[in-house]
Amino acid sequence: MRSVRSRADRALLVVRYVVLGVLAVLFLLPFYVIVRNAFASSKLIAAAQWNWLPDRWNFANITELFTNSDVEMGASLWHSAVMAVVQTALTVVVALLAGYALARHTHRVARLLSALTIFTLMVPAAVTFIPTFVMTSALGWIDTFRGLIVPGMFSAFATYMFRQSFLGFPRELEEAALIDGANPWRTFWQVVVPNSMGIVGAIGTITFIGSWNAFLWPMLVTRTGTRTVQVTLSQFMTSQLVNYPELFAGALVAVIPVLVVFLFLQRYLVQGVETTGLR
Amino acid sequence: MSVPAEPRGGLTLEPLAAARRRPTWGRRLRGRQDRHLWFGLFVLPFVAGMLVFVYVPIAWSAYLSFFDARATVTPTKFVGLANYSYLLTDPEFRSSLLVFIAFAVLIVPLTYVCSLGLALLLSGLRVAQAFFRSVFFIPTAVSYVIAAMIWRISFFNGGRFGLVNSLLRQLGGSNIDWLGGANYGYWVALVSLRLWLQVGFYMILLIAGLNRIPSETYEAAAIDGAAGWRMLRYITLPQLRATTAAVLMLLLINAFQAFDEFWNLLSGVNGTYPPYGRPPLVHLFVISLGGSNQDLGLGGAGTMILTAIIVVFGVAQNWFANRGADREER
Repeated sequence: MRSVRSRADRALLVVRYVVLGVLAVLFLLPFYVIVRNAFASSKLIAAAQWNWLPDRWNFANITELFTNSDVEMGASLWHSAVMAVVQTALTVVVALLAGYALARHTHRVARLLSALTIFTLMVPAAVTFIPTFVMTSALGWIDTFRGLIVPGMFSAFATYMFRQSFLGFPRELEEAALIDGANPWRTFWQVVVPNSMGIVGAIGTITFIGSWNAFLWPMLVTRTGTRTVQVTLSQFMTSQLVNYPELFAGALVAVIPVLVVFLFLQRYLVQGVETTGLR
Repeated sequence: MSVPAEPRGGLTLEPLAAARRRPTWGRRLRGRQDRHLWFGLFVLPFVAGMLVFVYVPIAWSAYLSFFDARATVTPTKFVGLANYSYLLTDPEFRSSLLVFIAFAVLIVPLTYVCSLGLALLLSGLRVAQAFFRSVFFIPTAVSYVIAAMIWRISFFNGGRFGLVNSLLRQLGGSNIDWLGGANYGYWVALVSLRLWLQVGFYMILLIAGLNRIPSETYEAAAIDGAAGWRMLRYITLPQLRATTAAVLMLLLINAFQAFDEFWNLLSGVNGTYPPYGRPPLVHLFVISLGGSNQDLGLGGAGTMILTAIIVVFGVAQNWFANRGADREER
């Protein structure tokens, strides 16, 4: 009886690994297609018969992409990098400060602001892109880094997450610092933040990936001066001048930064998803 | 309410003395040890930003929605509810809501089932669990623009090339025009793209949910003879109820905001968009900002309607969450 059971279990385990292996190949297939297309020729990408291997490994696709004056790939990468780094830093700082204050104060104003934050959480920024666009263009911020970065850096989501995290942060540490004469500002930066790097890493990673991959907002507010890499690739894809190998070389270059962030900060990301998805 | 914060002198029992020593307004505003001042300093950037970039714009948009505001943000021609009545009777706006409903009906259950399937496949594995988890999670880092590029050019190309048509021909079928709008093929592309991109995210959430189920519960059920499907049906799924409710609501809210993959899969040369496959945000963009003539009155009215819909979702979510919590306490 026992041996029959365990043999069935073993068979089931083999089936599980086979299924997982097939699924893993399917999930990685799009990444492989980026690589194949980035080094292949236009002819291969547009061939009627699907080819698993590129007809050649042509690294010139990448240099051609960066010298193609219709695409401005280098500038777009720079704009995306500025946007993602600055927006992540500012979003985290603004939300850290507010989340900490909302966790440590319980008077009427603090409760009202907490409620307002939760209400704002319900209305995603994507749904109100027209009002935000009206405001940004009224400020004269179209095609500036300010217009690209500032409207998206007041995150009710990040503030709420930090508030929840600080509610569980031991007050004794801060009180010791306050008794030693440090003011709340110094206490916050020297005691509270260094002991909260887990949640900072989690929110920071999520914000960075979202910022680097953002499409709708950058498409609305950027022109040639600040166009980000996602917008550039989207426009190149739908322009009459499109060149498929160069397009996919661009996708390869644009996906590497987030994959690096992903691989190095995956631990934070998993922790972030776990703590944020279910409030 | 107005408890004086200062330590009082010896005559505290006498009301008059207490009244005389009541702190000044400035003192009260700053609070004990300037607590209120510090509070204000910490929340000011966030509150000011929310006001300027969320609430004032929404109020402004609400105002614009009552005007004929074409290519202006300071309109003069009051039109009452005309923008609202136009949108609500416009077959295109209604069909954009139908596109959202169709998309949600497809993507919400499919994502849930696939994420749960992956989470269950991975649970309890001794070898290579972390590897498989990373493989399924990694597409989360890819942008919709790049995913749409792969889907549109290499997988579901309408022409004679593309992986899927190539496979179809090998199996004796003929080419399908996936994205051209002549059939519903574009739904296959839209749904499979979003599945690939987001399944890993929800898998992580569900793994966390599964890990919260105490192992004693499984052991007790196993002793009672439960296994396989019955274990899933009577133990795992009921225990996962809170996670499931949260995941389904997140999926629904995210489906409502769909823009990027629709735009990048279906839009034509130089920013034109076909008449089919328009979810609400795409439709709003096309009618309000997409053309050469910006119609911000119409855009404002559309924003108000969509915001109202999403607030209803949010309220419903809170209601369900509270109800679920009540039930678990019982």
